[in-house]
Amino acid sequence: MTRLAKSWLPFAALAAIAVFVQRILPTAHLTQITMSLYYAIVVMGLCLVMGYAGQVSMGHGAFFAIGGYTTAVLTTYNFAPWKQSGWAGLLRQLHVLVLKEDLYGGELLTTTPWTAFVVAMLLTFVAAHLIGYPALRLKGHYLAMATLGFGLIVHKLVLGSTLTGSADGITAVPPWNLGLGLVVSGKRVVRVQNYYIAVVLVLLLLLVLRNLVQSRVGRAFQAIHNREAAANAMGINTSAFKLKAFVASALLAALAGVFFTHYAGGISPSEAGAIKSVRYLALAAASGMANLWGAAVVSTAINFGSLRGWFGSLDQAVFGALLILIISLAPEGPLKPAGLWLQRALGWLVPTRPAAPFPTAPATPGAAPRAGE
Amino acid sequence: MTLLDVQQVRHSFGGLVALDQVSFRVEPGQIKGLIGPNGAGKTTLFNIISGLLKPDQGRVTFHGAPIHHLQPFQIARRGLSRTFQNPSLFLHMTVLENVMVGRHCRSHAGFGACAFRWPGQRREEREIRDAALAQLEHLDLVRLAGEPAGSLAFGQRRMVELARALATTPELLLLDEPASGLNTREKEDLAGVIRRIRDRGVTMLLVEHDMSLVMALSDDILVLHNGTPIAEGSPSVIQADSNVVRVYLGGDFEHAVAGQKSEMRLR
Repeated sequence: MTRLAKSWLPFAALAAIAVFVQRILPTAHLTQITMSLYYAIVVMGLCLVMGYAGQVSMGHGAFFAIGGYTTAVLTTYNFAPWKQSGWAGLLRQLHVLVLKEDLYGGELLTTTPWTAFVVAMLLTFVAAHLIGYPALRLKGHYLAMATLGFGLIVHKLVLGSTLTGSADGITAVPPWNLGLGLVVSGKRVVRVQNYYIAVVLVLLLLLVLRNLVQSRVGRAFQAIHNREAAANAMGINTSAFKLKAFVASALLAALAGVFFTHYAGGISPSEAGAIKSVRYLALAAASGMANLWGAAVVSTAINFGSLRGWFGSLDQAVFGALLILIISLAPEGPLKPAGLWLQRALGWLVPTRPAAPFPTAPATPGAAPRAGE
Repeated sequence: MTLLDVQQVRHSFGGLVALDQVSFRVEPGQIKGLIGPNGAGKTTLFNIISGLLKPDQGRVTFHGAPIHHLQPFQIARRGLSRTFQNPSLFLHMTVLENVMVGRHCRSHAGFGACAFRWPGQRREEREIRDAALAQLEHLDLVRLAGEPAGSLAFGQRRMVELARALATTPELLLLDEPASGLNTREKEDLAGVIRRIRDRGVTMLLVEHDMSLVMALSDDILVLHNGTPIAEGSPSVIQADSNVVRVYLGGDFEHAVAGQKSEMRLR
């Protein structure tokens, strides 16, 4: 196999699996997979900050919620009373605000989803810096503490504020028209389309993250994870790179939150809960930490089962048991051994050529290739 | 012009004064030895020069500019690299990747450039890889390029760490006990490698307990004792210095000189 083919094979395989899944599953089940794919983006982000850069975040549920709630509030808040004012007119011309009719024929002047998306990303960018900057200048688990506290605060805020709908959350979030005829929405007619929007989004992010981890920046992350002092002595600005990994990861969580909220048509405070953050963390661990493909596949599969109600009222317990099982049987994530079996099986079918002179993958048979290789 | 100038450096850990009134210079092109009994403060001095510790008092200037207030990564960028007493490789990365990390401070591709493979990023990535491979070749390590660093033997780790430090293209290289834990053959190889590195124009500051190695390699030696320099000069001067002999062997001076000399020859 050429190097080029090897680097694209996982993408092709994942795309093929996605098409296969869509063909065999009843269309109704696609809803839960689509949601699971959005959750998987959060886990992929955690994989970057934890698996590669070695920094633990206990607050990714909060970043997901910041993304979701920002878009939910902005796209449902009615600016109609200020319709006549100059700034509202200007913002309408800039496509920041849009005039619609609500269910009862009333006037609804709301923010466009694209604007809300941009605001959500900016807000997350700022929040992640505020949390990460002080915590990541220090060595140790300060980020975990800071993000845990941050998550609890965000949860209390969305629960307690009328702007965010208190305990009910926000419903009736409008569809997000992406352009090119693509609409992020949970309506039945666009269910298949939305499944593929999520699949393509996950694949694109996998591509970007793979590029990143196989680059100068990715090596810096891994070096910091391995030995922070040595990384610093080798010329890596460790605090800056830890912060970059954390902010990027928070942005991914918020991005997932925005898509999820438009798809589900709303968001509830439980998305910001500490239990959600822990769940993402556990899924990242079960995926093999520094394994982007594992993060995408394993977390989608487990969340799908959970959302379909396979685990019944014992959801958390079965979820926990499954994680313990994966971590004890395949500590580097289930994808790695599976990949090795596949390689061996393919080896029987296709005789392999001698290895390239400088393989990036370890040359020893006992050592498995790393994520994305 | 003096490459490294350490002036009146003092450092204490709580009440313990590890270094006091340490002053010395390293001239370009030389190999300077730094010796002293265990606990003399050699590694502390290395940590201060490379920025891992900040001195309580005193100045460290590199190329005439003060560096004692800088972070390690900033000092590395200025051309001062180091190895560690216990090889501190990135164990979950391959040997090649470890050395490629050494090129970090000589490359620029940022977050966006790497994530989206912007023009120039691929070329720079190739340059990083080629430069790292060239370093591995210099030290005869190419066959290990694809191995995970964690699977290497101790001696190999030392050499890979050296390659990583050299990949930063330093002008001054601090070597912290490069020969400790190596067998006789590996020590001989190391001496050859250090000479080759010097011939490439890299100045070195060498902490080492193996006296025959230090004496053979160094142009100039500084002796630390209890955090303070007690002697400085060429290997022959140091070997004849009564203070040094007393510190290393203690007690009776006449007897000590004879003993020390014969021991040095034996080693």
